[in-house]
Order: sequence, then structure tokens, then C-alpha cells
Amino acid sequence: MIGEGLARPAPLRLSRRRLLLGLGAGAAAAPLSGCDTGSPAALSVLDKAEAVTKAVQRALLAPRAALAPEYPPGAITPTFKPNGSIDPDDPSYVALRQSGFADWNLEVGGLVERPMKLTLAGLRTLPSRSQITRHDCVEGWSCIGQWKGVQLSALLAAAGLKPQARYIAFFCADTLEQTLDNTGRYYETIDLIDAFHPQTILAYEMNFAPLKVEHGAPLRLRVERQLGYKMAKYVMRIEAIDGFSGISRGRGGFWEDRGYEWYAGI
Amino acid sequence: MLGHGAKHLAATARIGVGAGTGVLKPQHEGELVVTSLSSALRASDAPTGRIILRHSLLVRLCHWVNAGCFFVLLMSGLQIFNADPALTWGQATNFDHPFFSLSARENDDGDPTAGVTTIFGRPFDTTGLLGASRGDDGQLEERGFPSWSTLPAYQDLAMGRRWHFFFAWILVLNGLVYFAYLIGRRHIRDLWPSAADIRAIPRAIVDHARLRFPEGDEALHYNVLQKLAYLSVVVAFPILILAGLTMSPAMDAAFPWLLSLFGGRQAARAAHFLLATYLVLFVIVHIAMVVLSGPINNMRSMITGRYRIGEARR
Repeated sequence: MIGEGLARPAPLRLSRRRLLLGLGAGAAAAPLSGCDTGSPAALSVLDKAEAVTKAVQRALLAPRAALAPEYPPGAITPTFKPNGSIDPDDPSYVALRQSGFADWNLEVGGLVERPMKLTLAGLRTLPSRSQITRHDCVEGWSCIGQWKGVQLSALLAAAGLKPQARYIAFFCADTLEQTLDNTGRYYETIDLIDAFHPQTILAYEMNFAPLKVEHGAPLRLRVERQLGYKMAKYVMRIEAIDGFSGISRGRGGFWEDRGYEWYAGI
Repeated sequence: MLGHGAKHLAATARIGVGAGTGVLKPQHEGELVVTSLSSALRASDAPTGRIILRHSLLVRLCHWVNAGCFFVLLMSGLQIFNADPALTWGQATNFDHPFFSLSARENDDGDPTAGVTTIFGRPFDTTGLLGASRGDDGQLEERGFPSWSTLPAYQDLAMGRRWHFFFAWILVLNGLVYFAYLIGRRHIRDLWPSAADIRAIPRAIVDHARLRFPEGDEALHYNVLQKLAYLSVVVAFPILILAGLTMSPAMDAAFPWLLSLFGGRQAARAAHFLLATYLVLFVIVHIAMVVLSGPINNMRSMITGRYRIGEARR
């Protein structure tokens, strides 16, 4: 027979439907406009998610110091996509590259007991770790490669961290964005949990060959439980620090300064 | 036959009892109300429609929170997808042979001239929608999904991620509350199809195709197509979330089995995208059904909980 929907006068139904649709569209537009204007209040609320994600992921990881998955040699990706700086034209870097990095030094300083300077040859004589891991870019793609280098924990142990040290900063040779105030120079910071993780290495070898320029020669960082932008290339200087608000634009890294999360576990 | 009918009534009683908003009260003078099995029996002979409490307060709250989160997650998800608008299976990206990609064809000056969607190697011209669409200045620009479908509208991966992860947390917390209810209050029994339901699938499909929707006692519980559709969503969301978590390098370190579950990080990314596509299709059909089967009654039942049962067909 007649259902209640049919019994209702059609014009009324239409108008109420329109009203509901209108309400829905209005509610939908509200967050969009808020985001497009990028109001600081909205951003500070959204940023809360990063702290929650970090706390939860660290809680899941911390008791086990779990390793990122390592892959067999057959899994190595034929073409590993280079990203970010792939051929820095900073004059000091170009000069180092032209001499085959013979004059290159890694400085270890900041809040350490024994500041150090290491040559590439010197680094190669230290105990190393080799790992075949997956590199996950924040953009979405992944590549698998082999990396060999010195465990950061070994260098930090040799330099001796002062008690105030809370983060390790990596200052790089490449300028990824031209700016007037030099904030386009690449840098990164990680905390001591990641700094002392066994897979956190300073790699000078990739896919069983010396690290290529496009991948960060002569030395790049690997932080295997985070996204690619944390893994600074062309590393020149390492500093133990107690905070990063005074460095560059103060968010702890080149991409962090441009809106990306400092904790890049997801 | 008798047993079948009793099951319906049991379902009715549960909808009422599990409601959480208390005992059903008459809405208007002269309307019958389902408060017990016996009154439900009498109600089936009622000359006019009855009002039942179809959705409990908790289900209604969860529904709208979920709907809002899904809307934001979908649009911010498309923003994130646009940063690398291609899908492959396995652990690592197969840059040369994605099974799905959005790209733009360019002229000699490097300006986009056409949007191309490639599925299993076959290109389709999707200019204006996928691959290349018009920006604010009216010019065609290379873009996976168009500006109107992404959050924020302009290309900003970092901002898309902030929206995505914030609302992902709300979706997960909301989902945990709903699942506790689903199991704790046995709401799952309202969604689980019976053997009789399964046998009735062909008839239900024919009825839906003719836009003949259940009335009377038949409308006291979900029909089999509703049960299967809602159940599929209840299953799809957790898998979608797991696929999202599998894209996290930290989660892969904590739970390597996630990678085995999906067959790799890129496979998980593809699964995340495909499940989201399924949910979009569900939402389209869901909204169409809401509109076709009495939009006001349906909307009222999901806002206030009250649903009017129409007279049974004779």
C-alpha cells in the first residue's frame, strides 16, 4: 500500500532535503576554509596529533628497541630514486667533491666531552654495520637499498655526551632552498632514542659501492624507523644539543621548518 | 516460518532495549509503540505507522563522528596521494610499471595539455578531472586529484598530513567505542545475516532494484542487503586503518607482521587506497538509498533515533 514517505507531500520533502543538504555543505565548508587560511589556532590543534602519534609509537617501540625490517640482497631496488638535493652547487661542497672528498672532515661537537674531526678514510677504518632496508619517502614511494657505515652510537660514545645533551643535530653541505637568511641549508635533528638505535648509522656506502653524490656523498644519515626526510645527506657536522629552537627556523629540520612533523614515524 | 518471525521480533526488542536512551514513549497521540514482544505482535496489525527507536544514541553519535572523519580523511588522503599519484604492489615502488597512475601530458613548453589515468598500462583521457585539472587561474595544471577534492585545496602535503593524522586519531577512538558497543551490547547481531537472510538475497536484490523497500515488521530490522553492506564497512575500516599503519616505518619495526599481512608497504598503500575507494562507493549507494527510501524518516532515525515503520504491503 502506501509507505509513509510517499504519503508525505513532495514539496515539503524536497525543501527539507535541501535544508539538510545545505546544512551538510555548510558544515563541510567550515573546516576547508579554516585550513586554506591556515589559521595558527587550527594548526596548533592539528599539531596535537603528532605528539599523540609519537607517544604511542614510542610506547610500542621503546621496550624492544625494535629493528626496522631488513631485506635480502635480492630485494634491492634496481633504481633508487634520488630526492631533495641531488647535485649541490654550494662552492665549498663542489670543491670537496672535485678532490674526491680527500679534504672532507666530519666534525663532532656541541655538548660533547671530546670534540672530534674524522676523515672519510678514518671513518672507514671504524667498526661498521651493513643493512638492507626500505627507504620510505613522505611522498609515498619506497626504495630498498644496502647501506654500510659507522653506528652513530659508537661516535657519540667516543665523543662522550655531556649530561645536558638531548638531541643530535646534523648540519649539511647542501642548500635546498635559496633564502636570504641561510635557512635554506639542510639540517636535521633526532633525539637520543633514535641516535643510539643500532640501525642509526652514518653511511658512506650504498648498494656495495661508495655513496654517490645524488644520494648524499660522502656521508649520509640513516634513521630507519622514520621517513626519508629525517635522513640528512651531505653531512658535514654533528652537534649534541639541548634543544633546537635556536637553529634555523626552530622546528628541528629543513622540512620541519616547512610544516612537516619533527617525529616522522608515520 | 514461525521461527523466522520470532527472530525478527527478537531483533526488534533488541533495537529497543539496546537503545540506551531509555524506554520508548509514544511520540504522538494514537501511535503504537514497541515496548515488548507482545506489543510488537499487536503492532504488526496496526492500521497506521508506528515509531520505533531504531538507532541508539551511541550508534548515532558514532555514525556522525565517523562520517565527519571520513570526509576529512578522504580529502586529506587525496592530497597525500597527489604527492605520488601512482600505485604499485610489493615492498618497494615499481616506478616504471605502476598498476594505477595519474599523470599529465605536456607540450614542448612543458605546459600540461591533457590529464591521463593509466590502469594496468591502458591510458584513459581524464583531462579536467584526473591527472590535469584547472587551477584558480583557469589554466590546466598537473595534479592527481583536482583541487576541489583535496584538503587543503592547494597542493600542500605537509598540511594534508596534519589533517589526516589528527582525524585518523578521532576516527580510531570513535571506532574503538563503536566496536566495544558492537560486541559488548551485541549490536553485531543486528548486522549478522541469518541463513534465511542469505536465502533471501536474490529477492532482496529484485525488491531494491524496483525501489520496493521493506515495510511493516520487515522494516523492524535491517534487510539482508543492509546487513551485508554495513557489515562490510565494519570490516573494511579496521583493514583500512591497518593498511595505513603499515605505511609507517615505525609501526613496521614494532609489528613486522603488518608487512606480511599486506605483502609489503607499497601493497599496503594500494590496499589503503582501494579500500577507501570501496568506502566512497558505499557512501554513494548509502546516500542514494537514504534518499530513495524516505530521506526524512531515515535522517530523523539517525539524528533523533526515531524511525517510522510504514504499513506492511498486503
